[in-house]
Amino acid sequence: MQNIEILIIGKHPDIMKTILRLLNNKTGWNGTAAFAADEAIEKGNTILFDVVLLGAGLTDIESKQIQAHYKIPVVQHYGGGSGLLYAEIYQALNIQP
Amino acid sequence: MAQTIFHPAASRGKADLGWLKSYHTFSFGGYYNPERMHFGALRVLNDDTVDGGEGFGEHPHDNMEIISIPLKGGLKHHDSMDNVAVINDGDIQVMSAGTGIFHEEHNDDQHEAVQFLQIWVYPNVLNVEPRYDQLTLNKDDRHNKLQQILSPKPDDDGVWIYQNAWFNLGSFDKGLNTEYKLNAEGNGVYVFVINGSIKVDGQVLNTRDGFGIWDTDKFNIEIFEDAEFLLMEVPMSF
Repeated sequence: MQNIEILIIGKHPDIMKTILRLLNNKTGWNGTAAFAADEAIEKGNTILFDVVLLGAGLTDIESKQIQAHYKIPVVQHYGGGSGLLYAEIYQALNIQP
Repeated sequence: MAQTIFHPAASRGKADLGWLKSYHTFSFGGYYNPERMHFGALRVLNDDTVDGGEGFGEHPHDNMEIISIPLKGGLKHHDSMDNVAVINDGDIQVMSAGTGIFHEEHNDDQHEAVQFLQIWVYPNVLNVEPRYDQLTLNKDDRHNKLQQILSPKPDDDGVWIYQNAWFNLGSFDKGLNTEYKLNAEGNGVYVFVINGSIKVDGQVLNTRDGFGIWDTDKFNIEIFEDAEFLLMEVPMSF
């Protein structure tokens, strides 16, 4: 079974580190981080993502660029890697834990 | 006609980490129920008990309005903005996590458990500068009346958050009635009974039951038994 590939984009390095750790702790999930819209779009050239999370610090323009580029679920991530992260992904992909 | 949803206390998700026992009204952490994701802008309602000397180590938050209301005992807070504080029963604490904040929270007592509600509301603006505030409430101001403890306005009663939300606490004697008038069109109210028994729109609510009501501009609350309850008015669309 293939991993679920998750792209998270945000500006806060320490929070991004936490989110990546939480994603990669989950069996069958693989998290990739990007810190700007250009980088997020470029990462999509080499990894087939299943879902994109928009983290804190992105400008409206960056968020819209990413939403326009990806034809997969692109959801706003709230809370900074804490209790909402997994539920956001389950809901975006319509899967159960 | 008002629309409603009833969440009996026993239907909540439960987490037991030994030192932490938490009941989740909405999906949180290891509890996932797609039917229980949020009530309008109200995303998290956790009913937490933390053992003496224990607590949450340093962890981040962003883009969320986080409100803590101790019900018993004290909670010590330390964050990356160098706020160090203890909130006790009778206080309310608020953090706008915005672009990002790290904090830790521990039971301020080495022996007795602390009980508190942790409430998260989706913000109406993203990426604000993080902020922290706390306030000591006068409990007499909620005896047989509603006490506003949170609003969207810095100059109004209670703490404030980045959302068109109003919270009220009430502590009422058996046999009384009260009416709640909503502040804004399009808002709904989530009623959470801290203890006691009340009736809202024909539904009897007991300790730790939750009840959402929307598509109305007011509703009546009948007090069946001495009761303390929290009303959380939030936008239903945001």
